[in-house]
Amino acid sequence: MVQEIGLDQLIREHPFFEGLDNATLELIAGCAANERFDAGQYVFREGQPADKFYMVRHGSVALEVRAPGRDSIVLQTCDDGDVMGWSWLVPPFRWKWDARATRLSRLVSFDAICLRGKLDADPALGYAMYKRFVRVIAERLAHARLQMLDLYGAGKD
Amino acid sequence: MNEMTALKDPMVPAPFRIERVRKELSDTFTIDLVSAERRRPLSFLPGQFNMLYVFGVGEIPISISGDPADPETVVHTTRAVGSVTNAMWKLGVGQTIGVRGPFGTSWPVEKAEGCDVVIVTGGIGLAPLRPAIYQIMANRAAYGNVCILYGARTPEDILFRKELEKWRGQFDLQVDVTVDYATGRWAGRVGVVTKLISRGGFDPHQTVALVCGPEIMMRFAVEALAERGVPNERIYVSLERNMKCGIGFCGHCQLGGDFVCKDGPVFGFDKIAHKFAIQEL
Ligand SMILES: Cc1cc2nc3c(=O)[nH]c(=O)nc-3n(C[C@H](O)[C@H](O)[C@H](O)COP(=O)(O)OP(=O)(O)OC[C@H]3O[C@@H](n4cnc5c(N)ncnc54)[C@H](O)[C@@H]3O)c2cc1C
Ligand code: FES
Repeated sequence: MVQEIGLDQLIREHPFFEGLDNATLELIAGCAANERFDAGQYVFREGQPADKFYMVRHGSVALEVRAPGRDSIVLQTCDDGDVMGWSWLVPPFRWKWDARATRLSRLVSFDAICLRGKLDADPALGYAMYKRFVRVIAERLAHARLQMLDLYGAGKD
Repeated sequence: MNEMTALKDPMVPAPFRIERVRKELSDTFTIDLVSAERRRPLSFLPGQFNMLYVFGVGEIPISISGDPADPETVVHTTRAVGSVTNAMWKLGVGQTIGVRGPFGTSWPVEKAEGCDVVIVTGGIGLAPLRPAIYQIMANRAAYGNVCILYGARTPEDILFRKELEKWRGQFDLQVDVTVDYATGRWAGRVGVVTKLISRGGFDPHQTVALVCGPEIMMRFAVEALAERGVPNERIYVSLERNMKCGIGFCGHCQLGGDFVCKDGPVFGFDKIAHKFAIQEL
């Protein structure tokens, strides 16, 4: 199918999947789908089952926390090329934040239930995927720490 | 010091009249100065600074943030953090400030011709880079891709926002802005400025990087540039240290064997990489 070939290619070229062999890439592509979100549309909501993860093809998705009586707080935006969501790896597999497209966004989603089964059945594949997610999580943690430092705030640097 | 254009005695402040004061942000303002003696131009190179003397209060180094092509108006953008900067903000149009300068080294704008240029900056750090941006834009055809990557605390803290929007609207510049904190009303990016480096549209092997902001930001920016493959000798940073004379006499601004006022504030990162993370050298 033409669309499947497109997805396959997209996944193959993304740095996140770099180094995976063809069979693994095909397997992952088998769990993938194209999705489109308009500005303001939610990709997922806090508390919902985390049954997917995403790669942002283009657009921008805000990960945000709702607070009663005030504007939501944006923790981070995921933009072109970003991999988004790891709650599907960690029990109880529920989203911790809302994810809202801030403009028209095209994402590739990966079906976590389909993938989780494959990772459980194949520890080598599981390890390869976890390694990649640990990188994403470590980077996100480093960025969150920098944000917390309030670098540009008043007073001494 | 820029010998061609400096005021006569580098230790004697020349009187300059405040022509205009603009509030940029809640804590940041821009003043336009003209020589009170004659309308004598104060030519400068992008990245250089002046010592500004608020009479009776004190003297501080502030980078020049105006257009090098308009040396008659000396423009400074300052964040009010303490006694001198707050006193300066209280001055009004028509009042006088003492100016010594211009001092220090400059951004390698001419050396970068023929290359891509990536400008990585955060907070008030955009001010010392604005003259470089003006100069690059005035000679745009001489450069490859030009990227401005700017980080601010919140959307309300974006310096020179109108200008950033204007530059972004042009077809020959990539301008990416990100903030550390925002509410859902902000439709732009949220995250650290260093993240923009991995996506910037520049060829790392043909790029000159100009970096200015809080030192921690610069450290991580340099790391991210290195990860993309930009070599240290094509990364330039602007440093801040306490200053007194501004011309390499008093030793106040010493950084190892260098004086930030004279050998800097703009340094090639390869020259200072080993000192960069060491506090209060
Ligand atoms: C080469 C050079 C160029 C500069 N260019 C600019 C510029 O374009 N715009 C601008 O706003 N500032 C610039 N600065 C910084 C500016 O010189 C200081 O903010 C200023 O000296 C503070 O003086 P003050 O009397 O108002 O504050 P002080 O009363 O001396 O200090 C008040 C508070 O501010 C803190 N502080 C002092 N200096 C700094 C600093 N450099 N950075 C952060 N916190 C500081 C102090 O620790 C203290 O907490 C530059 C500095 C250098 C060395
Ligand atoms: S400020 Fe005096 S030596 Fe630099």
